[in-house]
Amino acid sequence: MYQLALSRMREFYREPEAVFWVFGFPIVLAFALGLAFRNTGPGKLQVGVAGGPGDSALAATLGASPRLIATVLDSASARLRLRTGRIALLVIPGDPVVYRYDSTRTESGLARLEVDDVLQRARGRNDLVAVRDDRVVAPGSRYIDFLIPGLLGMNLLGSGIWGVGFSVVQARQRKLLKRYMATPMRRSHYLLSFILSRLVFLIVEVVALVGFGWLLFGVAVRGSFAALAGITVLGSFAFAGLGLLVASRAKTIEGVSGLMNLVMLPMWILSGTFFSYSRFPDAMIPFVKALPLTALNDALRAVMIDGAAVTTLGTPLAIVVAWGAVSFVIALKIFRWR
Amino acid sequence: MLGPNGAGKTTTIEILEGLTQPDSGDVEILGMRWQDGAPGRALRERLGIQLQETQLADKLTVSEVLGLFRSFYRQSHSVDEVLALVELEEKRKARVVTLSGGQKQRLAVACALVSKPELLFLDEPTTGLDPQSRRQLWEIIRRFRADGGTVLLTTHYMEEAERLCDRVAIMDHGKIIAQGTPKELIASLGADHVVDFALTEGGTADDLVEVLRQMGGVSAVRTGPDGVSLTVVELHRALPALLALLKARGVELSLLTTHHATLDDVFVALTGRQLRDT
Repeated sequence: MYQLALSRMREFYREPEAVFWVFGFPIVLAFALGLAFRNTGPGKLQVGVAGGPGDSALAATLGASPRLIATVLDSASARLRLRTGRIALLVIPGDPVVYRYDSTRTESGLARLEVDDVLQRARGRNDLVAVRDDRVVAPGSRYIDFLIPGLLGMNLLGSGIWGVGFSVVQARQRKLLKRYMATPMRRSHYLLSFILSRLVFLIVEVVALVGFGWLLFGVAVRGSFAALAGITVLGSFAFAGLGLLVASRAKTIEGVSGLMNLVMLPMWILSGTFFSYSRFPDAMIPFVKALPLTALNDALRAVMIDGAAVTTLGTPLAIVVAWGAVSFVIALKIFRWR
Repeated sequence: MLGPNGAGKTTTIEILEGLTQPDSGDVEILGMRWQDGAPGRALRERLGIQLQETQLADKLTVSEVLGLFRSFYRQSHSVDEVLALVELEEKRKARVVTLSGGQKQRLAVACALVSKPELLFLDEPTTGLDPQSRRQLWEIIRRFRADGGTVLLTTHYMEEAERLCDRVAIMDHGKIIAQGTPKELIASLGADHVVDFALTEGGTADDLVEVLRQMGGVSAVRTGPDGVSLTVVELHRALPALLALLKARGVELSLLTTHHATLDDVFVALTGRQLRDT
């Protein structure tokens, strides 16, 4: 089994493309997304002032606010910019002053509050309650903090299913499985060797991604590293089992690729990798939570962001283990050895 | 096991190897029958198997592949020993993908030999190889045999069967149609030479065939699209008689060859088809 696992690892690291997709790609993705969603605070809001009497004075008043950029626009270009989202809100001077904006856009709502506040104060409104701003930047609440555990989960899913599924079907296609069957090799050793080699790669994957997040974006692991290691091992086991199941019957690479995408795509979208799954309708949530990637992502986030103890993560971890064990047993039963 | 492509050689050998379930009948290998679990593995310990279409992992080196295969067995040759057996020592560090067809085939045989088998199954080990690679493989098989091993090999080259095998089973359409030593099979023709000839006129009158059959020393006459084929006992008597007969009839030869009878002629005699045509 050790020799089988060793062969598996050699075949893998001698395939530069595979190495990139497993190790390089998630890091590139984390880097790009981390840059795109870095915490620069809310940017300045673009607002338009419709042409009319007193327009430039109004624009100057609004422009004085540090959070607004105000431009005077004729009605045609104002309509266009509002529709395409290049301005968040259009102020039409007059009595009353009219705010035109799309109330479903978060930015527009913010712009309305800010514009109204500036205008009212300029006309001499007095604040009745004394307030003071206390600004904090909480690490762990940034998008990158949310993203890194999700990417880790996605990476474990991808490398488990690709790494196992692909090599099994390739061996079957090349009649190598049949050749192994002609030796006294134990069948369970063959399948377990995949899990063993996955565990070795797991260490590299986790260290690479978590180390990258920590070095570049200061994403810390608040919980214990032992808990993180334990969870990733369980996740990796579950996905290797799933990979074996996906590959248990397929005879061609094309066939198994379709199956792998069928398994992975829904989880990429549903399991809260890039955005929280709480955005899905309530009726879907129990289903989404039963997916192995959701459970794994939840557990990873709980440990990395909230510093939760493993003992509080019974439910998600049980889901992960159940997926792995059931897949492995079914795979062993229905596996096509020739 | 000699037979044309599609005769059922691979199916037969894979049933013997316990890789394919037979529809009916019994298989006994080294006094044992195929069973799942430990007894089956114990039997596999004693066999060496090379399959026709296996492609070994491209990215591994020769010695890594052998290291993997030897890890499946309780007792085995060391990687060095088995590399010496198949003369691949200088390719030890080469990746499988860089090997030539003949070297790949020798590596496949090495994977079968690594377990020190008592019985070696080779399924068309030389198909598609150049003559030099083929002779190298023959040498490996001969050495294994000389050391007391038993080999079952399938082939569609009658030359290979004649040179390597103690016993030959000729197979066609899923049935063994003849078996024995190469000598016995050839002797079953009742003659040891074959004369092939063709006439310029094309075609052959039926009465000529009848006359040939009556000729001294001729044991069989077959006509085909390419001409006439005679199986003869005494070439030195039959050939002058044939030439005299043709001269007397005033027909010209466009082709005349003679050869010692081979397994190919046995196959033709049994099936009416040539082994190499199929």
